[in-house]
Amino acid sequence: MEQAEAQDLVVEGLKKKLKTKSKFYFNDIAKILEMKPRLAKKFVNKMVQDGVLEYWSSGSTSMYGLPGTGKQAAAEHED
Amino acid sequence: MAKHETPLLDQLESGPWPSFVSDLKQEAEKRAKNEKGLDLQIPVDVVEDLLGILELSYKHGKTHWKHGGIVGVFGYGGGVIGRYCDQPEMFPGVAHFHTIRVAQPAGKFYSTEYLRQLCNLWDFRGSGITNMHGSTGDIILIGTTTPQLEEVFYEMSHNMNQDLGGSGSNLRTPADCIGQARCEYACYDTQAICHDLTVEYQDELHRPAFPYKFKFKFDGCPNCCVASIARSDMSFIGTWKDDIRIDAEAVKAYVGGEIKSNGGAHAGRDWGAFDIQKEVVGLCPTGCMKYENGTLSINNKECTRCMHCINVMPRALRIGNDRGCSILVGAKAPILDGAQMGSLLVPFVEVNPEDEYQAIKDVIESIWDWWMEEGKNRERLGELIKRQGFQRLLEAVGIEAMPQHVQEPRSNPYIFWKEDEVEGGWERDIDEFRKDHKR
Repeated sequence: MEQAEAQDLVVEGLKKKLKTKSKFYFNDIAKILEMKPRLAKKFVNKMVQDGVLEYWSSGSTSMYGLPGTGKQAAAEHED
Repeated sequence: MAKHETPLLDQLESGPWPSFVSDLKQEAEKRAKNEKGLDLQIPVDVVEDLLGILELSYKHGKTHWKHGGIVGVFGYGGGVIGRYCDQPEMFPGVAHFHTIRVAQPAGKFYSTEYLRQLCNLWDFRGSGITNMHGSTGDIILIGTTTPQLEEVFYEMSHNMNQDLGGSGSNLRTPADCIGQARCEYACYDTQAICHDLTVEYQDELHRPAFPYKFKFKFDGCPNCCVASIARSDMSFIGTWKDDIRIDAEAVKAYVGGEIKSNGGAHAGRDWGAFDIQKEVVGLCPTGCMKYENGTLSINNKECTRCMHCINVMPRALRIGNDRGCSILVGAKAPILDGAQMGSLLVPFVEVNPEDEYQAIKDVIESIWDWWMEEGKNRERLGELIKRQGFQRLLEAVGIEAMPQHVQEPRSNPYIFWKEDEVEGGWERDIDEFRKDHKR
């Protein structure tokens, strides 16, 4: 799979779920890509690097989201 | 005069122990005076506001912190933990108060120059408050604002040869004991392997793709000074295959009182003459030692490496010469749900730097492959092992079940035969069976 194709799949997949949640576990994304986690990681890393996805971390758990989505994005950019 | 009244915190200073409240007040005063004339990059009264918000939390009996967020440094999914307070008007100094985890060097060896550099940087771009070290082992820099994160990271990575540590669903900063640098019990070079794996697994450390956190810890011997057996998903504990080396002359010297037991550690009180029978032989958990006619002997086959005898008489008893490590998996020390100790997976493996620890890396990577595919979100390795069974782990890493995996006969028979492993499978001729066995 090409990076662009993977990116379209992920962005589309996550947008569909945006009504109910804005942060996703890595495994959710690997499932969208229908890949084994190790392989999916390469595509996901590139998406973060390109600014298509962003990390969210509670400190103990990490998640992924589309930039600018969710309550926290607004809260953290308020100043 | 302090910015906020803190009667509840002040009370904590009245106890017999050194108080973190006194330390914070001292830091607040130092920042206010700013004798070095630093161009402080975050509010000068950050520590006063920290004391203020803590006092308020004590008063309300609930926290005023919010943790987690999208803050970090570019390309890293860990190392920074976002923290905000929910009373920013009252305590503007800690409105943004992010934590930075800094990877500690193997064995936690520092030069004073390095520590000075680190503290100067943190006084300038952060709150000046540090935690040396957090429970993961990292240096924790407590409290700075979002714009300072990249600046701190740039300075550390370009001028201090220093990386951030792990947080989130990452490999956490590997931690080790002081090892062969200062300890004669160390069965392998903990610092060398800790450093090697830290460098090898940079991607796992900084780009989160695990179901949850994953920790390595390296103990040079079964004394387990970094508590790897209790606190790491994969624990590497030094051990030996041959016999404990006995120096008979030194044994006599301990018995005669010429050498102090435990390296003189309990010298503050008179415990009476050293009694080898009571203090060593009688305390051996497997009863594998004997002291007869002035001679100490050990049935090494029964030794479980508890280290007690070696700790009591370090000059008389030494670790064996055929050394390596045991690998245990699945420990965790969570707040909820109770702690879990590691289970033995590999009884003995050579720790070989010449092939870059390939045997160990093979085990690590096969475990990750299994856990990444099968682990549920926020499920630690130890929980997956409990859910799917130890046998499934053995299949995933390609290790055959062996007696060392069983705590004692008939108590944890988790190894079940499969049909294809049994001659003839599960099928049988019932008529043939009934010839010899009545209903």
